[in-house]
Amino acid sequence: MKGLLEHIGMEPGRLQFSWISSAEATKFVEVAQAVAKEVAALGPAKHLIKRRAEVA
Amino acid sequence: MREYAEKIREKARKLFAEGKVEVFIGYRKGSVAMMNQPVLIRHADQADLLHWDSNCGLNLCNYLTKRTEKIGIVATGCNSRNIVTHILENQIKREQLYIIGIPCTGMIDHRAVTRAVGQREILDVEEQGEEFTVKGSGFSQSFKKKDFLQRNCVVCTHRNPVIFDELIADPVPEQEGGSVFSDVESIEQMDPEKKWAFFAQLVSRCLRCYACRNACPLCYCPTCFVDESMPQWVGKSNDPTDTMTFHFLRAFHCAGRCTDCGACERVCPVGISMRQFTKKLNKDAKQYFSWEAGLRLEQRPPLDVYRPDDYNEFIR
Repeated sequence: MKGLLEHIGMEPGRLQFSWISSAEATKFVEVAQAVAKEVAALGPAKHLIKRRAEVA
Repeated sequence: MREYAEKIREKARKLFAEGKVEVFIGYRKGSVAMMNQPVLIRHADQADLLHWDSNCGLNLCNYLTKRTEKIGIVATGCNSRNIVTHILENQIKREQLYIIGIPCTGMIDHRAVTRAVGQREILDVEEQGEEFTVKGSGFSQSFKKKDFLQRNCVVCTHRNPVIFDELIADPVPEQEGGSVFSDVESIEQMDPEKKWAFFAQLVSRCLRCYACRNACPLCYCPTCFVDESMPQWVGKSNDPTDTMTFHFLRAFHCAGRCTDCGACERVCPVGISMRQFTKKLNKDAKQYFSWEAGLRLEQRPPLDVYRPDDYNEFIR
């Protein structure tokens, strides 16, 4: 999934995967902070955002 | 190719006479030149309808899904791989099938031919060995088949059927040495913005007619995600975001299953090369799981099974 999305032009790092057990609070904090930092560095998303009004 | 057609008719008649099949799935000449259409016949006396030449680009596996009769079917390399995929996915049973394998030398890209004759209407096509002649009002031109192959056929490495009950001719040599994924690799070299621009341009003409989905033998869900409205997974408008979402989600559904038969591209009314999505996934399946879809019945597909050494570098 990551492979194809990055292949079509998603910035690497915007989509991230992790496996965190409910007992791994520390890992959750670490991953959440790291992801937030990396995505903030990429800036606002440019792709796959609908700008026009949705017409059914 | 004409010999193939006569042989297919003979085999079909024999299968009906012996009671081995109740329905036979093959191709007949289409009402438009270079567009052979699938046909299901139920009696030996309809066998004359059956036809074969290098314009049989639709995938017959589409017509197997959930059938209950005894079926005879013709299958080229890619079609036979789709039959294997169908069997693995419990859409049909091997015992129901009598597969007539066709060693294939590729299908003709009808769009390339139309361009070559200056967009004039082609009314008839005839094949002579490695060449074919197209005729229309006031013109007749011959071309070499190898110069007009469908793009997926140019890079095909499985021309001979992988599963069959009998072969209609001797196996043809497989193509070797070519770089199957060179187009994917050249896109991989681009930076993200360029990649996005490339794919946005690629799907910009999409009408959302879903012909690619309908022609694809992998797409057999009773209700497709694009047609559902509760929940509505993807917008139904031709907003660029909706269109892009449709294309990459469609491709994901084919991950580890696509045989690159090219039916999607062939049927696209506006000529979108949507194989660029599925090919990337085919490349990943090969690179990370050593998997090519539909080659054997004994092995479960990579998305079906868990192995401790599965590729998981993307998980942090």
